[in-house]
Amino acid sequence: MLSKRVIACLDVRDGKLAKSVKFVDTKDIGDPVEKAREYYLDGLDELVFYDITASSDKRNIMLDVVEMVANQVFIPLSVGGGIRSVSDATDLRLAGAEKINVNSAAVQRPELISECAQAIGNQNVVLSMDILKVPVSDDIPSGYEMVINGGRTRMGIDALAWAIRGEELGAGELVVNAIDADGTKEGYELNLTRMISEAVRIPVIASGGAGTPDHLYDVLTEGKADAALVASMVHYGEYTVSGIKQELHDRGLHIRMSW
Amino acid sequence: MGKTQTLIVDYDAGNLHSVRRACVEVGLDAEICADADRVAAADRVIFPGVGAAGAAMRSLCANGMDEALKTVIGSGRPVLGICLGLQISLDYSEENNTRTLGIIEGEVKRFSFDRADLKIPHMGWNEVEVVKPHPVLGGIEPGDAFYFVHGYYPSPASDDAVYATTVYEERFASAIGRENYFATQFHPEKSGRVGLRLLSNFAAWDGSC
Repeated sequence: MLSKRVIACLDVRDGKLAKSVKFVDTKDIGDPVEKAREYYLDGLDELVFYDITASSDKRNIMLDVVEMVANQVFIPLSVGGGIRSVSDATDLRLAGAEKINVNSAAVQRPELISECAQAIGNQNVVLSMDILKVPVSDDIPSGYEMVINGGRTRMGIDALAWAIRGEELGAGELVVNAIDADGTKEGYELNLTRMISEAVRIPVIASGGAGTPDHLYDVLTEGKADAALVASMVHYGEYTVSGIKQELHDRGLHIRMSW
Repeated sequence: MGKTQTLIVDYDAGNLHSVRRACVEVGLDAEICADADRVAAADRVIFPGVGAAGAAMRSLCANGMDEALKTVIGSGRPVLGICLGLQISLDYSEENNTRTLGIIEGEVKRFSFDRADLKIPHMGWNEVEVVKPHPVLGGIEPGDAFYFVHGYYPSPASDDAVYATTVYEERFASAIGRENYFATQFHPEKSGRVGLRLLSNFAAWDGSC
């Protein structure tokens, strides 16, 4: 039986691990290579690196980080942040990333999804969606709107419609990131996650808001997510990957427990 | 006797670097190779691949790699297929209606169940149940899970070829083999410690079983 996945997300800025709260006030909290190795040995199912480096001249640092991690972490490795072209994607794949996350650039130019799918295979293209809860309107019938640039720019695009479009364009997975919940530790956006998961046939990864193992349980059951992304919960040592997995397993979820 | 070399078949079907990295981790001297003559004469071969069967077969045939694979498999030297590599070793794939290498009798079929809660592709960690012992599967315990990504599954003509099975709605063959050829539908290079164990078993395997 297929297991529900626990995925850790490491935000990396200038080669260092950072964690944001609601996408602002990022602070550095350690070495991403060391953290990646630690989580891998503790039973993590998949890793996501998100490059939040502001200046383009420091972007090559990310390729080095990815390569160092890929040499010692033998689980799927996904990388996102600032990917604008197929060549950005293939550079990261050569450095050792399995999957590529496209985000803002795909909202602005949707063909990026199909171009990447063509070049590296649908299953390796993850469409990462930053989503803001808004009042229901004619333009945004689901009540969830796409935002880009780390949540600063509203796009006037309905998130549910964008998820379906993303699947049609060739995305192999979706990350549903509720920016209202990001960093709050108050739980995932269950309604949003379930709505999108029921509308597509590809796997959905819930992101934003994890604070306790119960939050993961809720989004993997009620929220119908295939995988749950954690960050702060594990980065500051409050919880361990294996501890979270044990709790989910004890509550009856199908989780990979031997590694 | 000098150190043997493992060649990873490069036929424009996906990222082979993760396979090479995992091989290096288990001590194999592994090199990515697109030269059919060298593959035909290699000590040990890994035949990986991600992507569509049709394009992959065209690419294999275009540079004689199809014949090279048959030659090295016929020679008795150990060969490991992974994912699309496994699928291409059967007779036929429903994906792009493709005639494939025919090393093991059988077909590759599309997952066709209609259940909204089961996503396609089958992506993630799933248990691999060993149904017949094989040197490459040594030390794999009940409950051990491996990483899968695929929308089509192998259906060998005979159970004799099946070494492990996995359930995704239905039970399918997740590891198959014949003599010195062994293949997995899952990705050992992305399956943590148990995956490295499998690759390390392959590194020590002489091709007999």
